Formats: sequence, C-alpha cells, structure tokens
Amino acid sequence: MPTHPSPSPHHTRATQALLEGLGLTGARGGRTLFEEFGFRLGPGELLQIEGPNGCGKTTLLRILCLLALPEAGEVRWNGMPAEEVRPDYLAQLAFLGHSPGIKADLTPRENLRVAAALGTSPTHGINGVEEALARLGLEAQGDTPVGELSAGQGRRAALARLSVQGARLWILDEPLTALDREAKQRVEALLEGHCGSGGMAILSTHQSMELRDTAVTRIQLGATVRAGEA
Amino acid sequence: MVRAFAAILGRDLVLALRRRGELGNPLVFFVVVVTLFPLALGPAQETLARIAPGILWVAALLAATLAMEALFRSDFEDGSLEQLLLSPHPPALLLLAKVAAHWLATGLPLILISPLLALFVNLPGQALPVLVATLALGTPTLSLVGAIGVALTVGLRRGGLLLALLVLPLYVPVLIFAAGAVDNAAAGLSAAGPIYFLAALLVLAVTLAPPATAASVRISLG
Repeated sequence: MPTHPSPSPHHTRATQALLEGLGLTGARGGRTLFEEFGFRLGPGELLQIEGPNGCGKTTLLRILCLLALPEAGEVRWNGMPAEEVRPDYLAQLAFLGHSPGIKADLTPRENLRVAAALGTSPTHGINGVEEALARLGLEAQGDTPVGELSAGQGRRAALARLSVQGARLWILDEPLTALDREAKQRVEALLEGHCGSGGMAILSTHQSMELRDTAVTRIQLGATVRAGEA
Repeated sequence: MVRAFAAILGRDLVLALRRRGELGNPLVFFVVVVTLFPLALGPAQETLARIAPGILWVAALLAATLAMEALFRSDFEDGSLEQLLLSPHPPALLLLAKVAAHWLATGLPLILISPLLALFVNLPGQALPVLVATLALGTPTLSLVGAIGVALTVGLRRGGLLLALLVLPLYVPVLIFAAGAVDNAAAGLSAAGPIYFLAALLVLAVTLAPPATAASVRISLG
C-alpha cells in the first residue's frame, strides 16, 4: 500500500491551493471507509463529495474540521499542517454538520448574534445578521424560536449562520436536507456568492446543484476503497 | 475573546431562563432532602443541630451533582458543542463561560435558599455566614470539577450513574472542608482554616478544570 502523500488527480487547476488533504485514510468503528484520499482546494473553488450512504462522507468532513483524527494522512492549511495552525485554520472555517449547531430555544436572530460573536470579526458579523436572515428568506421568522419553526426553516437558520461567521472555508454536510426548491436555490446563490468572493466550500450531497461561475470539482468517495482491505 | 465569553455566558443564561422548570429541579431536590431530615429524626433540637452542617452539605452536593448532567446535554445533541470546539477562541474559555452560566442558574439559587433551610435543621445562628461562605466557595468548585466528568460522559446514552461514580470521589475534599468549617462555626470555633482550603480548591479548579474539560469534550466528540 503506497503511503506517500499524493495530491488528487481529480484536480489540477493551477491556482494556489489553500486547503489540501494528503493521503487521508478514515475509519469508523474499526472499518476503513476510504484510503489515500487526496484533494486540493483553492480560493473560489467548490468541492462536492459524492458517494453512497456509509461511504465515509461525514467522517471525511469531520476529519477536515479537525473534529476527528484520520487513521493516516494530513490536512494542510496554507501549506502547514492544520493541527499546528489550529486557531488560524478554525478562524477561517465554518462547519454545518447533521446537527444544526443552533439552539432550538433561541430565535434565529439570537442564534446568529451568538454565532457572529464567536466568529472572526464580531462587529462585521453582527451587522450581517439581518442580511443573512434575508438571504435565506427568514425575515418573518427572525423572532420565533427555532424549535417552533419547521424542519426546513430550522435548516435555513442553521445555514444563515455560515454567512455571519466570516469564514473563508465552508464545510457542509448534506446542506440541502429538508430544503424546498426555493430554499435550495437560495443555498445555491449563497454558495455562488461565497465562492465568487474568493471563498471555498466543501460539501457532501446527493442532489445535483446548479452553480454558475463556480469551479465545482466532484469527487466520488468510496471508489478508492478496494474490497478485502476494509 | 471577552466578547465570545460574554456571548456564551449570555446565551446560556437566556436559555436557562427559558427552561426554568428543568433548572428548578435541583433546587426542589435540595429543599425536599433537607426538610425530610427533621421529619425522620424527630424534633429533638440538639440532634438536628449536631448534624445540620452535614445534612446541608450532603444535600447541596447531591443537588449539584443532579444538576450537572444537563450541563452539556442539549449542546451535544444540537451540535452547539461542536461549534464551540470549532471556534477560533480557546475552547477552555468558552466552556468556562458555560460552566459559569450553569452555576449561576443552578448553584446560586442553592446558596440563596440555604439560610432558610439552615433554619429547618436548627443550625446555630453564628454558623450561618460560614455556611453561605462555604457554599459560595464550594459549589463553583463542584461545577468546575463536575464539568470534566460531564464532558467525558456526554456521548454516552446512560451516563448519569457513571458520572456520579466519576465525580463524587472528587467532591469528597470539598465536602470534608466545607462541612468541617460549618461544624467549627456551629461549635463556636474558628472556621478560617477549612475556608482557606476551600478557596484554594476553587482557585485550583478554575485554573485546571477548564483545559481538562476542553480535552474531555474533544475526546467525546472525536
């Protein structure tokens, strides 16, 4: 089994890569999910991770967020191991996982204020709260506790959190779950805007997305795991 | 950084206000346990006064333990705990804010109601200030130390009993010094020594517990 770090063959664009995954191997419960996974991501690019259920998409995204450790390999930010520059890396990272990361007893507005205060530029973030609500069409629900909103509206509130955090890198696990067509378009617009202004995004989804003017790379996860080695 | 600390503290206090019922439970537990003793032991005032410091402190400790379990529960379930770890600010500081808010919502009420309960169990009047002082120094220590145990067990489905097994032994020094101080005061002796020990324990807990809690949360989420 080769152990040398191999940059992804899927991606050969000449732009400066800010985030790199080198030879990542992920396991869950003692079972290897993917091996030797590599990629490069530069400003303005979007990486869409596809694959069947259980192929390790969530595990990969959690490794990229430094929430889980890879069995092997390394996440690099700006050419440095992300663990070593952890505060700098996390300052540029916004993560939306399966759980929303917002409180059901607070209103979307209150949730976004807290998220902004925890982000990199609190003042900018707090000024952006109203804009973030408007972008996801939550103006009318801004003062209703998230727990009383519908699942889709709650998901929108969680997505609105991304814009107030002021991060360059968005890592989204199934961001389109529970969203209706209109909300999906809003998320696509959000991603276009983010990548258009030099941001980066990594997301896992089963749905096809229509993104204009955005460099989208699709990677199939799970194809790299060979039978017998799992 | 101060802003992030304040944001978490404020958020958790608002949440505590919106879920008053849940947070009232430990307080009710404290009151019920202490009032059961006079009923069980009979109205012999000397007996009650003799064991009053122990009753009050054991009840306060159990109430504090009972309150601990909810510390990270909802944050774990809705992903807010993950978000704390992903913030560029030191997780130890943000978790300290959470513990502080939790103590304000659950520990402080215990202190406020303790003089009334001291009356129920016939604690001598001169021991009252010492009781309040030991609770003020002791319960934050319990919260800080307990947070480490909560962080370790938050990912488990039935962590309640394990949590008690983990943290109750660590609570013993606080219990010994606190009950000792109140005992001394009730007997008319100086309570300064044990109180200094309690203060030292609190300082230790404030400085050492948050990093340990942060490490435990990382393990639980990893």
